[in-house]
Amino acid sequence: MAVLTCEVLTPERTVVQAEVEYVLLPGVDGQFGVLANHQPLMAALDIGVVEFGPLQGKRRKLALGGGFVEMHDNKLTVMARTAELAEEIDVLRARQAKRRAEERLQARQADVDVARAQVSLQKALLRLRVANDAEK
Amino acid sequence: MAQTSREIKRRIASITNTQQITRAMEMVAAAKLRKVQDRVASTRPYFQRLTSSLSTVLGAVEQAGEELPEIAQRRDGDRHCLLVLSSDRGLAGGYNAAITRQAEAFLQEHPETELVIVGRKARDYFRRRNRTALAEFVGFGDEPNLRQAMDIGQIILDFYEHGMFDHFTILYTQFVSTLTQRAALRPVLPIPDEITEADRAGLDPVYIFEPSTKAVLEGLIPLYVNAAVYQSLMEAKASEFSARMNAMAQATDNADELIKELTQTYNRARQAQITKEIAEIVGGADALQS
Repeated sequence: MAVLTCEVLTPERTVVQAEVEYVLLPGVDGQFGVLANHQPLMAALDIGVVEFGPLQGKRRKLALGGGFVEMHDNKLTVMARTAELAEEIDVLRARQAKRRAEERLQARQADVDVARAQVSLQKALLRLRVANDAEK
Repeated sequence: MAQTSREIKRRIASITNTQQITRAMEMVAAAKLRKVQDRVASTRPYFQRLTSSLSTVLGAVEQAGEELPEIAQRRDGDRHCLLVLSSDRGLAGGYNAAITRQAEAFLQEHPETELVIVGRKARDYFRRRNRTALAEFVGFGDEPNLRQAMDIGQIILDFYEHGMFDHFTILYTQFVSTLTQRAALRPVLPIPDEITEADRAGLDPVYIFEPSTKAVLEGLIPLYVNAAVYQSLMEAKASEFSARMNAMAQATDNADELIKELTQTYNRARQAQITKEIAEIVGGADALQS
């Protein structure tokens, strides 16, 4: 099966650099998959799961805090706002973040930035989901 | 030179103590520098990829003859926002002085400038001159993180989107080498010409944009601003440690020289004392004999 180069970068580091057959990405209009030799593409990405690996079999997952992807010359580059591989996620911290965001949303005080709290909650839930998958 | 030998001895001891401190500070700065330097290098691939993508989208928009989203458009006004990156702590040679000097020059040239300040040194400097800042950040620590860069980037983008200013520039200290650091201006918004006018000969007309060029651009620009802030923060940090390391190395050398001079003076004074005593004894003996 043909492979493509998959790179996930954050401003801090290179999170992933691998040869894979398939990458699944959280587009703003829904998830989409990319195979080798895909047409050049640029897409905005939402908060969500990125999966990469062989077409059949075990894929690796990472939690993406939104960003942007470019596919060109059979090279796929994700420029992430934040990105954490499933095995790197600190479950305890994610749980705390989830609780904090829920409290803020429930309080509904004037000084609570609802949109921001919702984003935090979304991110925390996502990280928990990705991390749990890794343990199975 | 009218010092007694005991005074000189005390001074030598005090300088030796100071020298031990400066030497320790030099080594601490060197260790921190090494850590930050690695991280400066690892910010580069991201930023390069990002600017090249930005250039591709801008090219595609231009080719399609579409209008740029507002955030990507040029603005004609001369209202500026200057992000000033200084350090929280001193003892770093001319590090902060170079920054404030360049900031003053910028303010002279562009009177309508809003300041966003990082670091105690620049904050105190502008407070003393009663110049208010749009935002101030202190206590970022030895290793700036992405969170901090995003906080700054968010403020800048909010104000920029609301049309509070037309240009956003970062004033930081460029890390040229461990010996050379230079205060420099880095224009960020509107997107500088070297990105918008990059070589597009290889531009693929078959690019797909999901969901649209506009959405892609609007998503990319905040990433670009945050990355520029983050990279500048890291580089400024590396420069700060370098500057401190050099300043402290210099201080250690100076202390060495001082100690050498003082030791000589001390020895001379001691010698003079001994000569005087001998002369007195000889004089006394002579007096007894005659």
